[in-house]
Amino acid sequence: MDLDDTPEQAAYRAQVRGWLDEHKREAPVLQGEGALQDEDEIIAARRVWQGKLAEGGLAGVTWPKEYGGQGLGPIEQVICNQEIGRAQVPGILDAIGVGMLGPTIIAHGSEEQKTRYLGPMLHGDEVWCQLFSEPAAGSDLAAVQTRARQQDDGSWRLSGQKVWTTNAQFASYGLLLARTDADVPKHNGLTMFVIPMDAPGVTVRGLRQISGEAEFNEVFFDDVALDESALVGGVGNGWGTALTTLMFERVTIGLGSEGLGYNSARFAAAIAGDAAARRDPEVRHKLGEIASELMAVRFTGYRTLTALQRGQIPGPEAGLAKVTIVKGAIAAGDLIADVVGPDALAQDSQWAYMISFLPGLKSAGGTEEILRNTIGERVLGLPPEPRLDKGIPFSELRSKEGAAA
Amino acid sequence: MNLALSDEQVFLREAARGALSRLPTVEAAREALDGNPDALPDLWPTAREAGWPGLLIDEAHGGAGLDAFDAMLVLGECGRVLAGVALLGHLPATAILSASSPEGDAPGAEQYLADLASGERRAAYLPAQPPDDVHENWSTDPASGFQRGSLPTVGVGGRDLDQNGRVPVSGSFAFVPDAPGADVLIGVAEQGGKPVGVAILAASSPEGDAPGVTIEPVTRYDATRSLGHVTLEDAPAVVLDCPEESLAGAWHLAQSLIAAESLGSVETALDVTVAYAKERHTFGRAIGSYQAVKHALTEVLRQLENGRSLLYYAGWARTGAPGEFPLAASAARSVAGRALDDAARTMISVHGGIGATWEHDAPLYFRRAQLSRRLLGGTAGATDRVAGELLRQAA
Repeated sequence: MDLDDTPEQAAYRAQVRGWLDEHKREAPVLQGEGALQDEDEIIAARRVWQGKLAEGGLAGVTWPKEYGGQGLGPIEQVICNQEIGRAQVPGILDAIGVGMLGPTIIAHGSEEQKTRYLGPMLHGDEVWCQLFSEPAAGSDLAAVQTRARQQDDGSWRLSGQKVWTTNAQFASYGLLLARTDADVPKHNGLTMFVIPMDAPGVTVRGLRQISGEAEFNEVFFDDVALDESALVGGVGNGWGTALTTLMFERVTIGLGSEGLGYNSARFAAAIAGDAAARRDPEVRHKLGEIASELMAVRFTGYRTLTALQRGQIPGPEAGLAKVTIVKGAIAAGDLIADVVGPDALAQDSQWAYMISFLPGLKSAGGTEEILRNTIGERVLGLPPEPRLDKGIPFSELRSKEGAAA
Repeated sequence: MNLALSDEQVFLREAARGALSRLPTVEAAREALDGNPDALPDLWPTAREAGWPGLLIDEAHGGAGLDAFDAMLVLGECGRVLAGVALLGHLPATAILSASSPEGDAPGAEQYLADLASGERRAAYLPAQPPDDVHENWSTDPASGFQRGSLPTVGVGGRDLDQNGRVPVSGSFAFVPDAPGADVLIGVAEQGGKPVGVAILAASSPEGDAPGVTIEPVTRYDATRSLGHVTLEDAPAVVLDCPEESLAGAWHLAQSLIAAESLGSVETALDVTVAYAKERHTFGRAIGSYQAVKHALTEVLRQLENGRSLLYYAGWARTGAPGEFPLAASAARSVAGRALDDAARTMISVHGGIGATWEHDAPLYFRRAQLSRRLLGGTAGATDRVAGELLRQAA
């Protein structure tokens, strides 16, 4: 049992650290003195920085070499993330594209699509967004209603709405899950498309959250024209293609969770300065409970890495870690604000931001309820709940749902 | 990066499971509560045969030379079947003795360690909490109430009591795991304002005579847990040449062992309850298909997995990062203790009324949870130490 790098991993770490030592002065400053303020400038600077990271081999670590990646494994990705964190420079701007959508195109895209899209994606020249969730299709993603209809000339027309779309306001392309056949059961009638975000009929609107900031968008499609080259993975195969993306999403979140900054040392530091609080039994008890669980998540991450390193699929601990992180951070936010008082809720307070962010994070990437269903069924082997949508054509579902209600 | 069991560790765990499966430990737990304590099997011969008494003693002294994580694996198996193997008392005691420099003029010290390694003799650890960021002094569990006790003291001026260089120690310890029947008691006493390690022969040792040592067996709620109130009145003690961090380390080791034992009990509680939730039907479907039941069970799994991760942390830290061992072991105890509380209650409630009846096993796991939570400084004490360690580091 050890937490050490193997000689090969140590050599890779040294190589990454060496590159960062040499280039970190070129990174955009996002926090503290001299930080960039203008949103457009920040995005522009981060695009350039992603290009440099790609040149240095620090972006697309797990991508195959033929597409500009390094052909390495998840452990090297984690080492790279750790070193980027250690150097206190921003990571890649388009983590969604490079982490999830690029790998989906590599798995399911045509040769033309790979040649056209992957290079500019990796270098940050073209940012991507994930157009999956809708107002009525989140946890039940296969219920998407955005409709693509094929025209007589083979082209497609697309109408509908997506939501929770990170980076849509400056993305060049999106990977979009649409319904192409409503007369078959819902998982069978889906198709994946590439959509240019500047196509006529695409409207992006910022979606402000509790904090007042808009980290997500709503995206509207009004009779958008797409040609056949926009299809990814073939007509009717959208669900399988989407599952590939979601698998990479879990890996990306699983390997990057330390980066959220919800750790026990940071929370303890917020309380340690208060002489009364640090001796208060109730404060200590709450802090101890929260911190124990968050420390567990750190070692759960190491267990996940051990499994990946051995070529195994990570166990249930990986999926439950997100529940623990969110639960722990919510409790920590409450505790810290109780100790600090209303100043913790001041406009520029890091705690106000965290407290505002967490209620939404609880549902991000699948609600806590759907996650517990999945783990209860897949890991504990508990029977699923009876479903009303199995084997029923999508077009008939709405009326059935109405009848059941 | 390697946080997986080695082949040897898998073997150790499977061998423990096999050895314990041959004994009716769970049934005996119920019978003992019914007024038949003789129903509890003597598990020490099983432990000796498997080499568990010497797990933490080096090979030169006849032990296995293994580390805390290996011991945790064995305790986990004990917890699965509520087996009262006297390791919770024995292993931290051997850790103190192993960390002590043998006295040049103490004949037989080496042999003593070998006897503890083979299980020929059995030791019990006298639990005492090391100081933390709020409490300056060592303290002991009270026999009753909230006020913690202080360490026993080495007699006036620390004068020698006898020709063997032994000194008189007076004081008391409450709810000492595995004290009844132990040959030797090993723990911490205060000598001239400083903590020192002490070893005290108990009456049941082959030497027989143990003046000044009284061990009153006590049973509380869970008959599988052998406990004793220990009173020392000028009891003759050998002062051990043991560094203070190793004395503190024994406390943290005990925390990690009871954590592992608790998680073993959680595993059984979860397995049994999941099986029932699959087979019991209401309103035309298995109750495990209802979200309310499914989510309660995944909550137990969540806490179990967190506890497992912290056992790895504690197991790694004891030798890999000794400065973090107090934090890691306390965190493991905190999470494991709460996991067992929740698992035992969930076990009862998912089983419905039957889960709260005498014939069912659920009450036995519930009893184990209730008592464990309040031993060795308590789950809450470990939780407080997690906060204390972090606040100290942050300051």
